Amino acid sequence: MDDLYREVIIEHYKNPSYRGTLDPHDISFEDENPLCGDHIRIDLRVSPEGKVTEAAFSGHGCAISQASADLLLESVVGKTIEEVKALTNQDVLDNLGIELGPVRLKCALLPLKVLKAGAYGLTKADDTLIGMEE
Amino acid sequence: MEQITASTLDVERIREDFPILKRDVKPGVKLVYLDSTATSQKPASVLKIMDDYYHRSNANIHRGVHTLAEEATAAYEDARQKIAKFINSHFPEEIIFTRNATESINLVAYTWARANLKAGDVIILTEMEHHSNLVPWHMLAAERSVRLEFIPVAADGLLDQVAYKKLLELQPRLVAFTHMSNVLGTITPAKEMIELAHQAGALALLDGAQSVPHFAVDVQELGVDFLAFSGHKMCGPTGIGVLYGRKALLEAMPPFMGGGDMIRRVYLRSFSPNEVPHKFEAGTPAIAEAIGLGAAVDYLSAIGMDQIAAHEREITTYALENLNEIPGLHILGPEAKFKGGVVSFSMDGLHPHDVAQVLDGYGIAVRAGHHCAMPLHDKYNLPATTRASFYLYNTLSEVNLLVKGLYKVKDLFGE
Repeated sequence: MDDLYREVIIEHYKNPSYRGTLDPHDISFEDENPLCGDHIRIDLRVSPEGKVTEAAFSGHGCAISQASADLLLESVVGKTIEEVKALTNQDVLDNLGIELGPVRLKCALLPLKVLKAGAYGLTKADDTLIGMEE
Repeated sequence: MEQITASTLDVERIREDFPILKRDVKPGVKLVYLDSTATSQKPASVLKIMDDYYHRSNANIHRGVHTLAEEATAAYEDARQKIAKFINSHFPEEIIFTRNATESINLVAYTWARANLKAGDVIILTEMEHHSNLVPWHMLAAERSVRLEFIPVAADGLLDQVAYKKLLELQPRLVAFTHMSNVLGTITPAKEMIELAHQAGALALLDGAQSVPHFAVDVQELGVDFLAFSGHKMCGPTGIGVLYGRKALLEAMPPFMGGGDMIRRVYLRSFSPNEVPHKFEAGTPAIAEAIGLGAAVDYLSAIGMDQIAAHEREITTYALENLNEIPGLHILGPEAKFKGGVVSFSMDGLHPHDVAQVLDGYGIAVRAGHHCAMPLHDKYNLPATTRASFYLYNTLSEVNLLVKGLYKVKDLFGE
């Protein structure tokens, strides 16, 4: 438990540097983890040369997912969109510096999933509704 | 398993792994288990891992964050990866856990077929299918008026490939066929048939209930779209089976059963489905059984599927030679080189139930009946047959006991 909640994770969870929304933005994507309901939106501003100049995340989730988002965006500012597309799950785990079981891994990787979906130009999560209209 | 050589298994050593093979059927009468096509026996490693799971890690999977839930989730997902590797699927999420091959085929019939097929669309099946690959399509045909066509079984016990090519001119949407008949033992030329199906614009579903347990099945090499198989026929427990599906197909398919875990988001009046494979795994799955199947796959892989297939070929060839010498005994299906370890036969003047009953008196377990393939038995004008089937733990001396037992049956009935 102590290992999981390393100081860096608590710090990024309590005092995130990249929390918020960007309006206007060049890229925005949001998605959720159906297992626990964590929800994350990531907004990016991108320079004409294709570099990320500003990044912000919003939504709600556990300390792992929020800290993962904050650390991820910290690493993303200054990268090109192509570099963002090339980010891997291992990069996220390296950011966090912890080992995670399969359940919490989903929490940690949600921000990367959202970020990459945005980088690849998706605008809307695939949440086709089945049933009656609300 | 270090004693295994290129062509032979150390069967005595393997038999040590299966505790049930040591039991007597009645005092002094050893079990001779020749019914693995119905269900295989389970090695101690499979029994132990399931027992350990319930003793140590039992918890529901996927949502819990406590240690037990993490362990259970990791073990369940680890089993999925092992099975993916076992059939060489490209992604672990192409492995959907079901109850058995029957449920796997029903899943395709209820989701892909109902979403894609309309009245008049053609599905090609074969005359040698198990009921599990017939009845789901009957039910679909009744509901959607799709047209079912059947590749005939030729006199040599093989599928009539000329007739198949002719049927493909009907532009079928699906070709669904067995990889190995559970009655005839016929191993079908799946790769070629799948290629032909694709050329005709159809998808291909393979019933691997008898192939995956007995020889190496590689979904990428076969190019198959769907593969269904059961855990309990491959040294795993009952209650767990697999549907392999190509990821793009699975993603485009509507969900099967509704409930927990298969959802992404639920509102009061609607829901959005989860990603594959979870989209198709509603409710708490058979966790211990999935883990048990993972251990079964480890067990089979350690021995080697090619070694198992070679052993079964040897034992089947031997059985065919010896059974053929029994007067009045007629074996169904093709010659040994086209056949897996299944020998179904009829005996003049004897009903299969009587044959099986008398054999049981000698501890020999065979199956008697239509083996869930009534249309195939209709074709041969037989209400039922007796079936002996072999697996990695069977020996040539067990075949000798079967032959001896069959002569005793004949003596008893004066045939």
